[in-house]
Amino acid sequence: MAFTVTINGKKTSIDVDPETPLLWVLRDDLKLTGTKFGCGAALCGACTVHLDGEAVRSCQIQARDVDGRDVTTIEGVTGEASATPVAKAVQAAWIKLDVAQCGYCQPGQIMSAVGLLTQIPKPTDDDIDKAMDGNVCRCATYHRIRAAIHEAAKTI
Amino acid sequence: MTYTDLPNKLTGIFAMPVPKPPDESRRSFLKISGGVGAGLVLGLAAPLPKLGPTGAQATSGALAPNPFLRVAADNTVTVIIKHLDKGQGAATGLATLVAEELDADHAQIKTEFAPADPIKYKNFAFGVQGVGGSTGLANSYEQYRTAGATARAMLIAAAARTWNVKADDITVKAGVVSHSSGKSATFGELANKAAGESVPDKPTLKDPKDFVFIGKSFPRVDSPAKVNGTALYTIDHQFDGMLIATIARPPMFGAKVKSFDASAAESIKGVVKVLPVPQGIAILATNTWAAIKAQRAIKVDWEKSGAETRGSAELVAEYKALLDSPGTKAREEGNLEDAFKAAVKIVEADFEFPYLAHAPMEPMDCVVRYDGSSADICTGSQMQTLDHATACKVLGLKPEAVNLHTVWAGGSFGRRAIADSHYVREACDIAKAYGKAVPIKVIWTREDDIKGGWYRPLYVHRIKAGLDKDGTIVAWLHRIVGQSIGAGTPFEALLVKDGIDSTSVEGANNLPYAIANIRVDLHTTKGGVPVLWWRSVGSTHTAHATEHMIDMLAKEAGKDPVAFRLAMLKDKPRHAGVLKLAAEKAGWGQPVKPGKFRGVAVHESFASFVANVADVSLRDDGSVKVERVVCAIDCGLAVNPDVVAAQMEGGIGYGLGAGLKGAITLAGGEVEQGNFDGYDVLRISEMPRVEVHIVPSAEPPTGVGEPGTPVVTPAVANALLSGTGVRTTVLPMNKQRYKSQS
Repeated sequence: MAFTVTINGKKTSIDVDPETPLLWVLRDDLKLTGTKFGCGAALCGACTVHLDGEAVRSCQIQARDVDGRDVTTIEGVTGEASATPVAKAVQAAWIKLDVAQCGYCQPGQIMSAVGLLTQIPKPTDDDIDKAMDGNVCRCATYHRIRAAIHEAAKTI
Repeated sequence: MTYTDLPNKLTGIFAMPVPKPPDESRRSFLKISGGVGAGLVLGLAAPLPKLGPTGAQATSGALAPNPFLRVAADNTVTVIIKHLDKGQGAATGLATLVAEELDADHAQIKTEFAPADPIKYKNFAFGVQGVGGSTGLANSYEQYRTAGATARAMLIAAAARTWNVKADDITVKAGVVSHSSGKSATFGELANKAAGESVPDKPTLKDPKDFVFIGKSFPRVDSPAKVNGTALYTIDHQFDGMLIATIARPPMFGAKVKSFDASAAESIKGVVKVLPVPQGIAILATNTWAAIKAQRAIKVDWEKSGAETRGSAELVAEYKALLDSPGTKAREEGNLEDAFKAAVKIVEADFEFPYLAHAPMEPMDCVVRYDGSSADICTGSQMQTLDHATACKVLGLKPEAVNLHTVWAGGSFGRRAIADSHYVREACDIAKAYGKAVPIKVIWTREDDIKGGWYRPLYVHRIKAGLDKDGTIVAWLHRIVGQSIGAGTPFEALLVKDGIDSTSVEGANNLPYAIANIRVDLHTTKGGVPVLWWRSVGSTHTAHATEHMIDMLAKEAGKDPVAFRLAMLKDKPRHAGVLKLAAEKAGWGQPVKPGKFRGVAVHESFASFVANVADVSLRDDGSVKVERVVCAIDCGLAVNPDVVAAQMEGGIGYGLGAGLKGAITLAGGEVEQGNFDGYDVLRISEMPRVEVHIVPSAEPPTGVGEPGTPVVTPAVANALLSGTGVRTTVLPMNKQRYKSQS
């Protein structure tokens, strides 16, 4: 079945099984592999993207549900042309503090952090814990994620 | 022995490192570094192989005097990384070493993973290519520095020749070669000429006082790509015509396919082929979602007669029954029987440790392209030689016909360092069975991963100790019961000696405390659950049992836990050093705020020494909240202090997640967990503040990937013992509720 969805600002036509999770549409069909598979059950946050500006788990959103909507992935918040000031600040803080270890969960962490800072520009530790608790990092870089969100908040 | 026999006959050439006393590790370090120069010269001028589907080609006109670096005309310096980087920072660590001796600029450094080559890229601790046991940096320290110094000397020689000046008057700083006359050139400008210079036999390495990066700061080389989503992991590789494979895997360890009905799976759009393979039933599809749906849809009747049918409760009961009889002796000093008779107080505790899954964020995966006469394998390969040799064997190809491309791995924690290379093997089995020359990407779902075995073994311990009238430990009996990681694997001959698997007792048989009468023994059990090293291996259980028991004894003796330990560590300055440092930085001895408890633990693993002081409180429901951990580490010279700190922070989080709530349990032989709901892992709201303090040291560098993991759980348990009086002998901690005594 064919759907039209705006991906990272670009109107895109996709023709897939309507039940296909958005995660696999992004990764397999559109080759946007920055969004990661971690659990397939909305338990880890590795697949976090923005749907109409809100952070969601793309493994639980079916292709038919994104028809006519707006999806932003890690690729869409990267680079001069597409990055918002919040996304730029988050990525710069992540690099400044060398947050990543294996790095596999970090695109999802960053999409959640951008979502948080868009809603709450100066989050407390509690705000961070609540907003980011769905994003698992097995390297346990949490200590630096917290610090990097505060760092980004300073520069926005 | 042929190359493809390697995985079956590792005897004598492959040793996972076991903890060594510092003097011994120093000796072997010096011995290793003595051999580096020769290895490097042998490898000189070898053409660099093509490094991957998207990897860079050797640039013409580049300076590539050894297999570890390439200086190109575009002024980039590419460091060839022989170890997998699964987050521990191997790429950054090795790049730091090259950049230091080359006097390069951080911005010009790039990295590439090395191809499989057991000669050029071997790990000196193993004898083949691979990384584990926190050996990555230690075994490369002089090798990669020498590689950088070699290129630097050749760049200087080229500049001296070009400018017709003396080499002694040339300096190199931040990627620029300069002469006192004012002449200067970039590495890129000199690379082509430098390639024609003779390669120095023994380039001079820097005096450590001149280091600009080592021991100071060298930001991670992988941060930008990992932050913008462009870092390619195995699962991200896409090729034209590629098929995605999943495998319907047995529900019990040892179950086999009896029969299967693929009709529902085959009717799913995108499914191309259903194939029986030794591991189960493989499904090949044109897209991942179809492969996952088909895996769920396929109906398999399993033959369970040869399967492990016991549950965790039965295993624990069987193991506990062995605690009353002596096991195989791992250590014995003094006369334990007399010492117990003379003791005025005896303290005894039995401990239970569950199976643990590694659960790296990127589940196992492997890409294979096989055309009948050659193959490419792309995966986060941690044991390149084993994975490569396994692929050669399964596909019936010569080593030169198989290219192994190592790529970034989304975590490992031991999971990818697998003796039987099963996730490479199954990909090759599928490619061979399918028989068409298309790329195939095998992916594991999270359920495959959590239910798939290769766990930290289930263990039961008993420690019985006696105190004399002065409160000194005079007798120590430590009995361990559990499955061997090495038995039945190619590692057996090296890991298992006189009936003792060193990974079962490490951390217990080298208990550092001065105790006159001591015995450590082991019952090795057999079972059908495949087990594996899990970040910090034996120390995952021995550190908790020993360090928690020390606090139980300190309490009985009425002594301060730090002073009690220090009195027994007079001949162990590095243990004592980290213990004192952590205690001082944490404010040990000062009053703790109401409702908070403080505990300490110290442990050596992989030749590094770590102490933790944990500040703990209780939530209203009696569950444990760890608020702060102060960590001190002595890992010899800290090459990249920020990476060391990151490994301590992450190791503490990884260990704490398991200590608080990690458990894989079996019922009737079936794993009861399947995803991050059942197998709960540490989340950000549970992460304590962590402060890391590194002991200044000029000793050779030792590992940091694992030693941060095992110390936090006993430190937390000791805080709880002090604040609640409760002993934490059954892990994870969420099995009980604690209540403050104050």
